[in-house]
Formats: sequence, C-alpha cells, structure tokens
Amino acid sequence: MLIKRRDFLKTGSLATASLFMPQFLKAVEGRQVLAPKGKVLVMLQLNGGNDGLNTVIPVRNDIYYKERRRIAVPRETTLSLGTEAGLHPTLTALKEAYDAGEMAVLNSVGYPNPDRSHFRSMDIWQSASAASEYWQTGWIGRYLDAQCAGRPSAALEIDDTLSLALKGAQSKGMALKDPKRLYESAHSKYFVDYAAAHATDPHDTAPVAYLYKTMAETLSSADYIYQQSRLKPASTTYPATGLGKQLKTIASLILADTDTSVYYVSLGSFDTHINQEGQQKRLFQEMNDALAAFIKELKANGKWQDVLLTTFSEFGRRVAQNASGGTDHGTANNMILMGGGLREKGLLNPLPDLSDLESGDLKYKVDFRQVYATLLDRWLQADAGQILGGTFEPMQFL
Amino acid sequence: MEKKMQKLKHLSWRLGFGPRTKSWDKWTALPEANWWPKMKDDAAVKPEYFDVADSAVKGLLMGLGELGKMERRELDQADKKRLREQSRDDLRNLNLLWLEEMTHSKAQLREKIALFWHGHFASRNINILYQQQLLQVIRENALGNFGDMLRAVSKSAAMIAFLNNQQNKKQHPNENFAREVMELFTMGRGNYKETDIKEAARAFTGWSFKLNGDFVFRPFDHDKESKTLLGKSGAFDGDDVLDILLEKRQTATYIAQKMYRFLVNDTLIPEERIKWLGDRFYDSGYQIMRLLDDIVRSEWFYAPENMGNRIKSPVEHWIGIRRVLPLELEDPEVQLKLQRALDHILFYPPNVAGWPGGKAWIDSSSLMLRMRIPQLIVDRGDLDVQTKDDDDQQMGMQNKNQARLLAADIDWQPVLKQFSAVRSNELSKSMSEYLWQTGTTPPAAILEKYTDNSSPEDLIKTTMIRLMATPEYQLC
Repeated sequence: MLIKRRDFLKTGSLATASLFMPQFLKAVEGRQVLAPKGKVLVMLQLNGGNDGLNTVIPVRNDIYYKERRRIAVPRETTLSLGTEAGLHPTLTALKEAYDAGEMAVLNSVGYPNPDRSHFRSMDIWQSASAASEYWQTGWIGRYLDAQCAGRPSAALEIDDTLSLALKGAQSKGMALKDPKRLYESAHSKYFVDYAAAHATDPHDTAPVAYLYKTMAETLSSADYIYQQSRLKPASTTYPATGLGKQLKTIASLILADTDTSVYYVSLGSFDTHINQEGQQKRLFQEMNDALAAFIKELKANGKWQDVLLTTFSEFGRRVAQNASGGTDHGTANNMILMGGGLREKGLLNPLPDLSDLESGDLKYKVDFRQVYATLLDRWLQADAGQILGGTFEPMQFL
Repeated sequence: MEKKMQKLKHLSWRLGFGPRTKSWDKWTALPEANWWPKMKDDAAVKPEYFDVADSAVKGLLMGLGELGKMERRELDQADKKRLREQSRDDLRNLNLLWLEEMTHSKAQLREKIALFWHGHFASRNINILYQQQLLQVIRENALGNFGDMLRAVSKSAAMIAFLNNQQNKKQHPNENFAREVMELFTMGRGNYKETDIKEAARAFTGWSFKLNGDFVFRPFDHDKESKTLLGKSGAFDGDDVLDILLEKRQTATYIAQKMYRFLVNDTLIPEERIKWLGDRFYDSGYQIMRLLDDIVRSEWFYAPENMGNRIKSPVEHWIGIRRVLPLELEDPEVQLKLQRALDHILFYPPNVAGWPGGKAWIDSSSLMLRMRIPQLIVDRGDLDVQTKDDDDQQMGMQNKNQARLLAADIDWQPVLKQFSAVRSNELSKSMSEYLWQTGTTPPAAILEKYTDNSSPEDLIKTTMIRLMATPEYQLC
C-alpha cells in the first residue's frame, strides 16, 4: 500500500479514509449517522444576565414604565406580541418567527433561593443543581453520559473552550470555534501516528486509557466534523459577527446531517449596569441578524422542523433601573424558544407580576429544570429524571 | 535502579511539582531513606508574605487615606472603583508570584500542599488585600495544624465576604458560611442535618471583618441565645461551633480522604486505609504533617496501582514543564491565559467546592492544548485560544491586551547535560523514564520518525518535546 497516511488525510473522504483507519479509530468511526428525523437542540447562552424585561416588554404595565423612566422601551416602538407584550424593536427575526407561530416565550423562569452572582448562578444553570448544591458535571454532559458515550460530537460547543454544561462524568462534548482550525490543530501527523500506535482496550478505565480514548475520539471527531462542515456549506449570507459565524458553522453541520444533537453557543456581555440601552441594542442586533440568516437557511433546506433554539441567561435584572441608566443583577427571567416543531406558541405563561416582588426582584414561577426536563424528555428522547437527578414536571410546549 | 528513580519521581510529583532538572543529580545521589526528611527540611521555613497589594489599595483599606473616610470607615463609589481596578492588576501579580514560588522554591512540599488547601478553602474575592491575606494563612498553615488553619480561614475577610457571613445577623441569619463549613471544610455531606446548619448559622452571627481585613466580632449582631447542634446545646459562638466540628472524628476522616485522593489515588480508596489515616490524624490533634508522614511512609504509597495514574492539574502540568525545562518567559502574563484556557485559574475556583480534578481536567480541547504546549514553547507559538469571558472575571485574570505568545528563552543546558551520555538508540526510553510515570516505553519507530537527529543535541531536544506531547505526560 503506497498511499501515505498524510496524503489521504489531506484529500480523502471519510469513506476511503476508513479503509486505512487503524483499529482504534475504526471503533469510533462506527458512528450512526443521525437519522434524518433526529432532533437538534441549539442552546444560546446570553452571558452576563440579559434584561428580560427589556426583551419582552410588558407594554401595558404602569409599574414597568414608572420604575424605568429612563430605559423603558416605549410601547409604540415594540414589536407586538399581542395586546400585553412587545418585543424589543431590534428583534425583528423573533417577531417574524412569532407571526409564523414558531416562537414562544416562557416567563419568570428561575429557581428557589436565587443567587445574584454571575458565576454561581451560571454554575447552577449549567450544572442544573439546586442553589444549595455544587455539582461538578453539566446537564448536557450527563445527557452524553446517559445516551451518547464515546461520541463527543453528539454535543458541540462553538467556542475554543468547553463549558461545564457539556461536561459529564464519563463523556464530554467538544469545543470548536471553527471545524477547519480544530482539524488542523488536532491533526498533527505526530498525534495521529502516536495515537494509532497505541492499542486501547475500550473497557479499560485507567486514566491513561481515558486519555488515549479522548485523544482518539478527538482526532476522529475533528476529521468527521471537518468533512461534514464541507459537505453542504451554508448558502445564506450570514453577518460577519461572532454569532453570525458560529450559527453559520452550526447550520452547515445541521444541513450535513451531522450526528450532533446539541449545539451550544454564547453571546455577551449583557451585564448592563451602565448605559444599558446601547449595549443591549448592539447585542440584540448581532443576535437578531445572525438568527435571521440561520432560520432562513434551515427553512430553505427543510430543517427548521427538527431544530429547537432556546435562549437563557444566568439571571434577569432588577425591575427598577439604577442611577447609571442600567439595571443591576436580578433573579427570574424569560427564555425564548424558537423552532418549527414547537407545539405551543406565543406567551406560554403570564408576564411577570411586577406588583409581587421579592427585594425588588421577580419571583420565579417556572423552575428552569422543568424546561430542561421538557427538552430532554420530549425533544432529545432522554431520561430527564436520571439526568437531572430528580423529577421535574415536563411542560407542554413540545 | 529504574524502580528507585520512579519512586523518587513519584515522591517529587505527588508532594511537589516534579523533578527539577538543574538539581536532579543531587536527589538521585541521596539514599532513599533521606528523600522524605529532606523534603520536609526544605519546607521548614516560614513562607515569605506575598505582598503585592498596591499602596493605594492599602491606603483605602488600612486607614492611611483621608481622615474623614477613616472615621466613616466606608468607601464611596469612586474609591470602590479604584479598588476594583487596582485589585485586578495586583491579583494577576499574586497569581504569577505564586507560580514562580511553585517553580523555584525549595519548599516544594509546602507549596504543593498549599495548592491543595487553596482548592479546599476555595474563595473568590475581588479584593487583593483579602486574597493575599488568605493565601498567607494557607501557606503558613499548610503543613501545620488543621484546626488552626480552619479557625484562621473562617475568620479571614476573604472567606467571610465570599460566604456572606458579614450579612449573618441575629435578626436575619445567613446560612451560607455555616453550610459550607460543614459540607466542604470539615465533615462532608450527609453527616449533619439542616437544623444543625440553622443552629450553627446562629452561632456565627456577628462574625465580620474590618476594612483592613482584620476579623471583628459584632456583639449587637450576635445571637446570644442557646443553640443545639450535633447533639450539643449551649450559648455557642462561632469558635464553639468550630471546636464541635473538630471534635467529630468524621472531620479527620473527611480531610484524610480528600488528602488521600489528592496525593495517592482518586479512584481506588480503601475504606479501612482512610479510617486508619483519619484516626491517627484525629489522635494527633489534627497535625497535618502526621497525616502526610503516614501517607508517605506507608507501604502502599509506592504501590504500582498508585503510581503514574494521576491526571496532573493544569497548574501542576505547567509548573512541571518549567521545572524540567528551565525557561524564561518573555511575558509571564501568558500563564494567566494558559490557566484560563485550561480552566484552572488560581484565586478563581469554579465555586466554593474548588476544582473537581481528575478526569474533569480533560476534554477534547484541553487535552489537545496540553499536548501542544511543549511544541508551542519551542515555536514561540501563539496561544490562539479565545477564553470565555464571564462578568465576574473582570476580576483580574482577564486582561484586555492579553499576552498570548508562549515565547521563552529555553535553557537547554541542564537537559543536554543530563542526557549527553545516553546512546541515541536508547534516548527515547531513557528520557521517558525521566519524564513519564506510567512505566511504559514510547513507540520507538514513531519517535524516530518525528525527531530530528541531525545532531545529538537536536535529538535530545526534539525527543524531549515529543515525549511531553503525549497522553503519558499528562499523568504523574
């Protein structure tokens, strides 16, 4: 056999490559391509605590306008979500999805004994622990443990480093900013040859075996994801922003029927203590334009039915504005759900009650783990009880 | 001989940051019986206080500022902003200074065990003065008495602030500190009831700190009534609760178990061994050195199942490289980026439970980055990793003009000297015996293919870099 390994790695498709694949890579290669009907979840994390009250605006609420004299969004500028609520004027793509019956808002999502520290509250959201507990794995990571062992491409974070949310006890998702770059950095010929020279026993749980397994899975998945990303390059024009590029990568992988069930991506910072208007508007513009392209592309390719995009933030913000034209850390917040497969649309529950606050903050009505349970149970067909370590009643939006 | 060398490396990795090439021959010349006593000797000096807080910070906090402010003992918004910004810079220096100490200090034992306590008594705090005070408490007590350290940590401004005990008042108890002191610092989960936490929180009411970081007891905030916890009743205060917790054998067992997992094995944990360690630790009155002695002198410390199977933390991995391969970084701040990229930022634990450790260090991206580091150093490579921003993290380790070039002057002489006498066909094996703890042999054909043998020196250099860029090198 005269073909040198590095030659086919440059040019070969996965099919030909697998002929030459050493045994350890083959084991990983035996992946099932996701059935066309496989559902995809995209988690969009809004870092810093997005101000939900200026995202979905309670346009008939006097308390809102009284408490936010400087930063309230005037009713006439909002994009109407029925009589009571309006979207921030920048979010036209969300309004379009709403009009098409493909967008839903879940109000007052939170958890008992809310923590107002960014890192702690994000830790709680990502691990899905109670506020009184410290868990060292993430909810998507535990989903991988339960269902996708040995397949790190089942959950991809479009970033350079991996969030706790995607770290399980045994399995972890993968972080990649750009499939090509991952491929190039992972695919040093030395690493490939070195890993190939090592025989691994899949049942060996020793740390060295774990390291070799991770290495093999990374090399193989880097190959796979790179090939997938080139199969059906995105055709829509995406904005040249961070999120635009990230959603473009996700779209190209979805279009190629990549075996990924969860994509994870973040945008920020929404920590708007000072001069909130400009900052939030800028971020919403980036979010809106990227989402518009993403939705357009998925629809054009008949994939929107199988994709659910969910936004969340570690907390919402205080009802009253502060003295610097901003808002301080709060508690409960809304989540926005978008996708062609939603069963319920529009406002899923009442807008927050601004007359019933706790130290100036919204009271939560829906535990975020109920939302996770719904996503796991009804979208990803997973055992939510096992993954979340408790029973959380699923909701009806799926 | 190889066996002896593996044992010496085991000791130097588990109780320190691994072999230092410059002084390795001094260690290998010692008889085995002298290793551990020498490690202890080397650590038997009081640690120097890392005082990096800028004088402006101290002025604000220690009352050297304007007289009016001193009397009010409160900071206005502008002061707070200045404090935050200066703290940020200073905290970076504290981080880097500690890394230098870990790399160069003879007191390897102290710094390594201090790193353990830094994870055990995990605290995040924006205030540089409080952080450097807490680090000093930990480094001074790292090898001393656990009870003393627990009391000092519990009374440190950094921990009181982090766990909100200054808000724990008679009228509105805040249970955060009481919960963590039981769950994480002493007994561990499942050894107390919720009512014990509530009662303990009442006892800790009134524990607070002054602006300069000194502990202060505020009698008006303290609940003087009787409390009942863990089977005892009385008008307890915070000190009494800590005493009650230390009286529980479970505290010694919990600490012994955690130390065993850190130093020996984090998956195979024989219960009777932990009980034996815990009992002796308890009977010694919590002398940490007794616990370490018992571990290191045991017959199982060097057992094959306990060697070469521990995943180095990113900081251990990095410091280990610097000790093996002396290097001078052009911009030391790149080490902060490295810590961020690998999720191990000193003074910035993920939560009060500290860093989970073990397999949690390793995912696809962190493993590939760890394996690329040696080559990046040689190539003056760009650490082109975008790390996550989070909004607390303006706490300091994130710098706008982040250094990311792993550019360094490498001092190859000690390495060249150590391996100059080794025949080229034995080099990779011989070097792996120095760099690896797995006891395995590198694949010779692959090493040959990917090393440069145009000169003996090049061969030594490239072999070393290749052997560090392996899964085996992630373990100690």
